Amino acid sequence: MSDTVVKVEHLSKQYKLGYIGTGTLSHDLNRMWHKIRGKDDPYLKIGEANDRSAKGTSDYVWSLRDINFEIEQGDAVGIIGRNGAGKSTLLKILSKVTQPTTGTIKTKGRIASLLEVGTGFHPELSGRDNIFLNGAIMGMRKEEIKRKLDAIVDFSGVERYIDTPVKRYSSGMYVRLAFAVAAHLESEILIVDEVLAVGDAEFQKKCLGKMGEVSRGEGRTVLFVSHNMMAVQTLCVKGIVLKNGAIDFQGKTETAVARYLHENSNPGMLLSEKPRYGNAAIQFTSVQLQDLEGNIIGSVESGKDFKVCLSYTVNDPGHDFKGIQISLNIMDHYGMAIYNHHNLLVNKLFGGSDLIAGNMFVVTIRKIPLAEGNYMVGINMFQEFSAIDVVENAFDIDVVGSDAFNYKNAPNPRHGIVLMDTDWEIK
Amino acid sequence: MPNKTLQVNSPGNWTDIISPQTSIFDLKLKEVWRYRDLLFLFVKRDFVSTYKQTILGPIWFFIQPLLTTLTFVVIFGNIAKLSTDGLPMTLFYMAGITMWNYFSDCLNKTATVFKDNAGIFGKVYFPRLIMPLSIVVSNLIRFGIQFLLFIICWAWFYFTTDSVHPNWFILLTPYLVLIMALLALGAGMIISAMTTKYRDLIFLLGFGIQLFMYATPVIYPMSSLSVKYGWIIRANPLSSIIETFRYAFTGSGQFSWGALAYSSVFTLVMLVMGTVIFNKVEKSFMDSV
Repeated sequence: MSDTVVKVEHLSKQYKLGYIGTGTLSHDLNRMWHKIRGKDDPYLKIGEANDRSAKGTSDYVWSLRDINFEIEQGDAVGIIGRNGAGKSTLLKILSKVTQPTTGTIKTKGRIASLLEVGTGFHPELSGRDNIFLNGAIMGMRKEEIKRKLDAIVDFSGVERYIDTPVKRYSSGMYVRLAFAVAAHLESEILIVDEVLAVGDAEFQKKCLGKMGEVSRGEGRTVLFVSHNMMAVQTLCVKGIVLKNGAIDFQGKTETAVARYLHENSNPGMLLSEKPRYGNAAIQFTSVQLQDLEGNIIGSVESGKDFKVCLSYTVNDPGHDFKGIQISLNIMDHYGMAIYNHHNLLVNKLFGGSDLIAGNMFVVTIRKIPLAEGNYMVGINMFQEFSAIDVVENAFDIDVVGSDAFNYKNAPNPRHGIVLMDTDWEIK
Repeated sequence: MPNKTLQVNSPGNWTDIISPQTSIFDLKLKEVWRYRDLLFLFVKRDFVSTYKQTILGPIWFFIQPLLTTLTFVVIFGNIAKLSTDGLPMTLFYMAGITMWNYFSDCLNKTATVFKDNAGIFGKVYFPRLIMPLSIVVSNLIRFGIQFLLFIICWAWFYFTTDSVHPNWFILLTPYLVLIMALLALGAGMIISAMTTKYRDLIFLLGFGIQLFMYATPVIYPMSSLSVKYGWIIRANPLSSIIETFRYAFTGSGQFSWGALAYSSVFTLVMLVMGTVIFNKVEKSFMDSV
């Protein structure tokens, strides 16, 4: 039995970059002029793939370009991709918040989308009033909400505060209440955007459980967008990988996740334009992350092994290279140092004939003990105490959650970014 | 639940199709009706949240028109000495202000509805028309309270003086309020569609509404108009509405079925245009707001 409930055909979405201002008016007039003469929109012909890091020549980008897929009744589909791959745009179009530029989506059944929890919550109203308001915004009728009120309050676990204005709630309580309303929507298709990144561990587990129940138990269709690979893997049976606005892969979740993690096209991050200082006898040129087999990867899983490969050029061959020290500084997003490692620590200095063009410095990091998140890395090269090349903010590493160290749940990065290999027992 | 899923299982029977082009006359009024509960919840939210954490609460709804009336009595009545058609000044101004306030509040709020609600609109879909409709309805409650104040004031003058001569046109009041609301809704939706992409109009709006008040017989009666500028005031669809309201309750002023018919037709045209434009902009405004 294969019943398609969502069918996406040739879906594209174009956005204009930069500010909307006086330039826009002339484009609008030009567009209108073409329309009057019965011609196509001139700005639909231009535009380029949405790669946020590359500098483009056009003011128009395709956030999504020619997307086609089908989703069957009862499937739980994970949509994964790097920031800016077009995930949110796709969800926005699916939830009718914005219109596609071209293409169509056909759906069967009611769609409930959770791009955010607690949309329309009013701080002055009580929890009870907000349940009704929020439920109605998401398309529930009053009787329906009344019928489910007890279940919603029960699920949220904020019974005691239900007649207190929500502005007095802690942020956790707020989110709990909001998710509780959303979880009780009666819809055939549920669209969820990373709302699970909120609340404490217990509540996150509850949310995941509820979503699993929704998709497996009740046979509803779920579309789930997340950066948490573990959540995607536990919840979804199929995966769609988006890259620069196009579908990179669709199929089984495991393959999709693997594909996302080993995203092959990234030739390494170039360092030539980064601010740096030093005598520049040698300079770092690019960085590549690899798994132990040597495949290039785009992001790293918590607790797994990987290699950082640093390419370089030798600018001054006459220089006496001896005792070269290289260090790697991993910092969190606020620039706080988390970890510093240099080759002297393991008593290994580089120099001499190894230092020829075409070689790379390779650092193997085993079981990286960092929780899900984005980390900045700085690289330095010193000789004795003089700086050769120092790039303080060289590149970043995306760490994605996993079941590292036998964790049953990926730990919440807000509760600490370091992971440890631990055992619990009672004696 | 199972029979519900069976329903959607038949192939080729799509319940919804999302595509870039839709007919401009597809106004989705059926959907608006399905979401009617939301409309009333929005109204309730607006009403409850306005006077939360104030000591005087809904009394503020009274104070504002009272102060405005007082200002008008002092400035236009006593200093500028504008004619009030022989009516007590307080009653004359209050009649105008009560009606005008409703119109200008509705227009002001609906004109910026996209900008004010970008947060909600950007995250969840519901028929956007619900929002301007809820603005008109929640201001109606406010109008009701101010109207009550007017009735009290009117009754006092009716029993203590003999300058007030109400007539059967009073029965037209609900109709007057209705067309005024629809006119504000229509005009507001047209402006809202234009302010979404180009914010310039918002700056003009406050000034424009103020100017519009002077082009409407709020602070002066129709009878005081000179021949030279009279046509501007008569072309204003709001003029006959406010003048009829005043005439019905006090017996002074002018009334003509023709002028009222003009206002009604004008309102209808604005409303249809507004709804069509609003529906068109609604689909893509998130990209430009």
